[in-house]
Amino acid sequence: MQIDLVFLQQDLLPALNRGLQISIALIVPASIIGFICGVILGCMRVYAKQWLRRLANAFVAIVRGVPLAIQLMFIYYALPKLGIYFEPYGAALTSFIICTSAYQSEYIRGAILSIRKGQILAAKSLGFTPLQTIVSIIIPQAARRALPGCGNEIIYLIKYSSLAYLVTCMELMGEGKVVASDTFRFFEVFAVVGLYYLAMVSIAQCILNYLEARTSIPGFQKR
Amino acid sequence: MTHASPVLDVRHIKFKVGVRTILDDCSLTLNKGELKVLIGPSGAGKSTFLQCINFLQIPDSGEIFLEGEQITTNNVKQLCSYRSKVGMIFQDFKLFDHLTALDNVAIALRKVRKYTASAAKDRAMQELERVNLGDKTELYPAQLSGGQKQRVAFARALAMDPIVLLLDEPTSALDPELVGEVLQVIRDLAAHGMTMIMATHQMDFIRAISTEIIFMEQGRIIEQDSPANLLAPNCESRTKQFYNTLQSV
Repeated sequence: MQIDLVFLQQDLLPALNRGLQISIALIVPASIIGFICGVILGCMRVYAKQWLRRLANAFVAIVRGVPLAIQLMFIYYALPKLGIYFEPYGAALTSFIICTSAYQSEYIRGAILSIRKGQILAAKSLGFTPLQTIVSIIIPQAARRALPGCGNEIIYLIKYSSLAYLVTCMELMGEGKVVASDTFRFFEVFAVVGLYYLAMVSIAQCILNYLEARTSIPGFQKR
Repeated sequence: MTHASPVLDVRHIKFKVGVRTILDDCSLTLNKGELKVLIGPSGAGKSTFLQCINFLQIPDSGEIFLEGEQITTNNVKQLCSYRSKVGMIFQDFKLFDHLTALDNVAIALRKVRKYTASAAKDRAMQELERVNLGDKTELYPAQLSGGQKQRVAFARALAMDPIVLLLDEPTSALDPELVGEVLQVIRDLAAHGMTMIMATHQMDFIRAISTEIIFMEQGRIIEQDSPANLLAPNCESRTKQFYNTLQSV
């Protein structure tokens, strides 16, 4: 098999670069907003009043229990029946935020539960209110402990963002698929699309490693 | 010196866990500048008593007055303000793991006392210098020795200008050679008139500086008198017996 450089340069790469921009426009806000929502949701699942805790648990159970492809198609194709309309991009972004926040909340919840009780006692004894204790003492420590798990979730997010093409949001995967079915060059197209995802994940991994090193507490986590 | 009204008045504290009574009708009053010491065998309820005084454990019944004002537990704001005026030193330090020594001291000033960041930093610096840790401000708890951690904990509590300081076996988790530096801090505080209640087993230290010994056993206060009386050579107090046991180890 020969590599057709003209095809790569003139047809495939321009299309994929266009799709890459949309992919990034999905991944970056979804991971940031999803993480913040995940922290709030995780805190609710540990500290909120019982009815709110149950509500949050039910939300997570549903989101984790239903395949993402179905959630995505439900938001885009089914919600208009209720009068709620989304652009393809909006539908994909909303569904990714919902999905990733549910998973993130699980990592955050586990990390919160692992914070030693003494930290809370010390904050109480200094006169911190419960909210101040959570925001200033527990979350900064829990977020550090949750970082490896949350990073894992962001890497998943990068890859499941490829589902957005199901609702006609033309991101990397969508653009690739169009080129592939127009030209029947499946091998080249999917190999290159795969490399694009591999590159994005590798960059994300570097950023996460940097964050982990940056926020590590001297003498505490590193040996 | 006049003892018009006590700084801290703790009346009839009862505390139960399930059916087990941990504290049974414990009362004490504390006048300005006094250092009262809680002693007794392990499981006597000393730590629980201190935690109840600070409402870290909510007693089942009893009343607590700080400078004449009764503290109620159903008002979160009043409770937080009370706790901010009653300092607590723990056996295992309980420094905030994610903050430097300086921020450990400064954070409560910022969040609870609403200092600006720079004012909090200056005050924290002062307090750390007072416990001779001026050169360790940027280190994290995991980089400090036990004695240094406990001194940071003192700086953190003292920065809040507490009216009363509660000390829960402040030297029990330390290596013997580090005990001295922490006792020195307590000695300085006593000399400057800090009002304190301390649970401890450092008997010689108690003899030297405490104003009163409170002996607890099985959740009750059994004896309460000056060390001179309780530890007099011909005295047959329970405290004396306990003291002799500790000496013979």
